[in-house]
Parts: sequence; C-alpha cells; structure tokens
Amino acid sequence: MSAHAETASACGAALAAASVKETEASPGHAWPHTAWPGGNRLIGFILPLGLALAWEAAVAVHWADGRLLPTPSRILAALATLAQSGELAGHVLATLQRVALGFAFGVAAGTVLGAVSGYWTLARQLIDPTLQALRNIPSIAWVPMFILWFGIFETSKVILIAVGVFFPIYLSLSASIRGVDRKLVEVGRIFRFSHREMITRILLPATLPSYVVALRSGLGLGWMFVVAAEFMGAEDGLGFLLIDGQQTGRPAVILASITSFAVLGKLTDWLLASVSARFLTWQDSFKPAE
Amino acid sequence: MLSVAQVDKRYPNGVLALAGLNLTVAAGEILAVVGGSGCGKSTLLRLIAGLDSPTAGRIALDGTPVTAPRAEIGLVFQEPRLMPWLTIDQNVAFGIRHLPADERTRRVSECLARVGLASRSGHWPRELSGGQAQRAALARALVGRPKVLLLDEPFSSLDALTRGDLQEHLLDLWGDDQPTMILVTHDIEEALFLADRVVVMQPDPGRIRTEFVPPLARPRDRTDPDFLRCKRRLLADLGHASGFSRQRVAATV
Ligand SMILES: Nc1ncnc2c1ncn2[C@@H]1O[C@H](COP(=O)(O)OP(=O)(O)OP(=O)(O)O)[C@@H](O)[C@H]1O
Ligand SMILES: [Mg+2]
Repeated sequence: MSAHAETASACGAALAAASVKETEASPGHAWPHTAWPGGNRLIGFILPLGLALAWEAAVAVHWADGRLLPTPSRILAALATLAQSGELAGHVLATLQRVALGFAFGVAAGTVLGAVSGYWTLARQLIDPTLQALRNIPSIAWVPMFILWFGIFETSKVILIAVGVFFPIYLSLSASIRGVDRKLVEVGRIFRFSHREMITRILLPATLPSYVVALRSGLGLGWMFVVAAEFMGAEDGLGFLLIDGQQTGRPAVILASITSFAVLGKLTDWLLASVSARFLTWQDSFKPAE
Repeated sequence: MLSVAQVDKRYPNGVLALAGLNLTVAAGEILAVVGGSGCGKSTLLRLIAGLDSPTAGRIALDGTPVTAPRAEIGLVFQEPRLMPWLTIDQNVAFGIRHLPADERTRRVSECLARVGLASRSGHWPRELSGGQAQRAALARALVGRPKVLLLDEPFSSLDALTRGDLQEHLLDLWGDDQPTMILVTHDIEEALFLADRVVVMQPDPGRIRTEFVPPLARPRDRTDPDFLRCKRRLLADLGHASGFSRQRVAATV
C-alpha cells in the first residue's frame, strides 16, 4: 500500500517537475538556435512516460499489484470509456467553466485593488491591513459561510476559486508597483502623465513580468480550489468524478480524474505562459545556457 | 525668461546640494553649466524641470512659479531612461501622445532622422548602444518642441564625431524655434561651441563660482585661436572651482 502511494506521489512530482521545466524554458525559445529545434521540449516527456512504462511493465510481470494503483493502460481505458459516454467532456467543461469564471473575477479584483493600493498610499493604508489579515484565513475555512450565503451551487464555488486567485495577484501587483524604478516614473512626470496614464502606460507595463508570474500562480491556485469547491457538493466536474470514483471503489476513475487535472492544468498554464511571452519580448533578461 | 532666485536644495539625507543659487536665463539663450561631479548640476535641472521643489527660494518661467513639470519645459536626463517595453519610435512618441496619429508618426520619424536613428525606429531599447539610447532620449525631448530645453550631459557617451554632429544638429534645431537651452556638460569644448554663456559651478554646497560669456562669433570654430584662449580661461576657472589641480582637470577634458 505504502509503496503504491509512494509511486503515485512520485508520478505526481514527475508531472509537476516536467511542467515547471518546460514552461520555464519556453521564453528562451523565442529565437531557437539549437541544432534540433523543439528537441529540448520533448525532453520533458521522458520522465512521466518512463515512469508510466516502468509501472506498466512492473505490473505486467507481476512484480507489483496493479489493483490499487492501476496501470497507465487501465487509466487510459477508463478515460476512453468516460470519453465515449460523453461523461468526461461534461465534467471537464463544468470544471473548466468554474476555473475560468473564478480566475476572471479573481484576476479582475486582484488587479484593480493591487494597482490602487500600489499607487495610492492612502488606499494602501486603508485596505492593505484588512486584506493581509483576510489572506491568512485558509480559503477553505470560508466554505461553510459561502454555502450559507450563496447556496451550494455555482456561485459559492466560483467565489471560492476567485478568492484563491485574488491574493497572489493582489499581493504581487501592489508590491511590484512599489518596486518600479523611480527613474522611469519621473519620465512620466516630465510628460505630465495623469494618474491613469501613469498606471496604464508606465506602472503596469513595468510590472508585467512579475504580473505574469502572479497570474500563473493564481491559475495554479484556481485549479487547487476548484477541487475543494467540487468536494463540497457538486453534480459534475472532475472533483465530483474523484469523489464518485472513491465512493464506487474505482481507482482507475480517480486516477483518470487526476490525470485530467494534470493535463488541463499544464495546458492552461502553457497557454497563459505562451500568450504572455508575446508581450515580454522586450525583456533584456538572462537566457539560461542550453 | 527663466529665473532661479536664492535657491537652496537640501536632500532628505541632509546633503546640501545647492545653496543660495541665483541664475537668470533669457528666452532663447543657450546656457552651459559646467562643474565637477557632485556639484549639483543635475539637482539644478531637476528643480527647474519641476521634478523636485527647492528647500528655499523661487524658480519662475516668464513670471509663473515652477512647482510641477510643465509642458513647455523639456528635460533630457543624464541616463537615457527609455521604457524598455516600447520600441524606439514609441518611446519618442511618448512626449506627444496627445497629437493625432499621423502627425505623431511624422514628427517622430523626423526627430529620429535628426539624431541619426531612423534605421533603429522599430528596435527595442535593449538593442541600442549607449550612445544610441542617449540620442533616442534626446529625440524624445525634442519631439514636443519645448520652449525650454534642459539637457543633462546629453552627449556624454558619444564618440567625438557623432558628438560633433549632434552639436551641429542642436544648433540647427535651436535655429528653428529658438528654445531656451540649459546644457550641463563636462566637456569644455562643447560648452564653448554651443553656449552664449557658461556658468561654472563649485561643490559643497553647490553654487555658482563664476560666469563667462565667450567673445566668439557664430558659427564657431574649435581650432580658432580665440576659441583656444577661451578654453584655457575656462579650464582655469574650473580648476579653481573644483579644487583640483589644473593638470588633473585638463587631463580629464
Ligand atoms: N536623491 C538624492 N538624495 C540625496 N542626495 C542626493 C540625491 N541626489 C543627489 N544628491 C547629492 O547632491 C549632490 C549633487 O548631486 P547632483 O546629482 O546634482 O550632482 P551633479 O553635479 O549632477 O554630478 P555629476 O556631474 O556627477 O552628474 C551630490 O553631493 C549628491 O550626493
Ligand atoms: Mg548629474
């Protein structure tokens, strides 16, 4: 049992490591000059595929028991069954919609409040202490309140996700606005920029690199909180599938859901990273060695 | 007319950067400010530009006090300070964002051509050399055609040839709409080539040591005996002002 659990967590870690590695490398690929373009990207697949094959083989030759940790082929089979019945698409769409809505609201609120509290000292003094205090409440602790206030349906789920996304965005933006080079701000002052121009034409572009990082960590939290939200009672979604697999004793379904989370999380993060990379080509930053 | 009257500037850390400084600059005058490092030249320009306020005293342009940056006062900082996320033409257009787009494009390319950067228009600041970045910053200040142009060592990282070119351009430009110019420089020759009047500053606390009106006709010739005489005279002033030995100052120029 513990061996199974270890392999499972190793698999998860491998996926996570692969995802970090690949996205981190992507800005450097804006001007590929390797002999084999794209070759370095494929390196990221070696680890998860290798581990999957190893597990498959171990079970096939009866070195290990595949009952509680189903082999990749069985997980794929479960995914295929779910996909054929149309169930998978329904769950994926429900979860994606929650994450998208929660992310959008969280980003909007975090950006506005972060910009305001980074720019105006008075606003910062007014709202920052409260927000910092609220930040320290584990978001899951809000669940009972949210259910009381907004019911157990979509609203409370989206709000929970939005709260999770909000804080990294708010925190990073308000801090990085305060870190913008005074010398650039003075150029705006010389040209008599209004407050709005100062924010949109100097402060936000200057903080864009760290803002993108905040967006990505916010999105990661969004994926985390959607599971919590769907645990608290849902009729669909990948989190529901997870619970359903547990209650009906189908580990392959649980892992199918987990795999979907990994793939979707990775894909959305990649999308965010590659869209934002277009806006960051101006950066004069360190390009790691190949 | 620009007037600086009895101006003191003490920074929050206690440094007295300027003390009792008086200066008047006539409309259309080209004034050069020279002086050793740390004698308050950049501080003086910041005060005139309205970026900082004096601890005491008064600065006024045509009778109205300067308390904040004004549209008719342009400043070229000692560093280029280009926005790294904007291309060169976008950076230059920064100063005329209120103009219609076609007028903007026309003026930007005209200015970039003036400073010899037409071919770098769409480049990022990180792709420019130090001197090119400085020229882009100059173009950004020129494009709005300010009435008063403050220049903080605008040519300091240029080679002698480009520098000479840009000095000529600056004079051309001055010929167009005759802005008042205050030019901070470490280059005595530059000061004598461009300025109607040269002010020598001295440090601790920053103040004006002496003024000098070079008796030279325009266009000026750097190899003219009169020009060389003025240069020697100014070097001597500068040597006294900074407390360095004359040889050392001469060696740095
Ligand atoms: N922001 C600041 N805070 C505190 N002291 C400052 C600040 N800026 C300048 N000073 C001090 O004020 C004095 C004048 O500085 P300033 O930058 O005006 O000199 P400068 O004549 O332009 O020198 P340089 O030729 O090296 O550019 C210096 O002694 C400097 O240490
Ligand atoms: Mg200076």
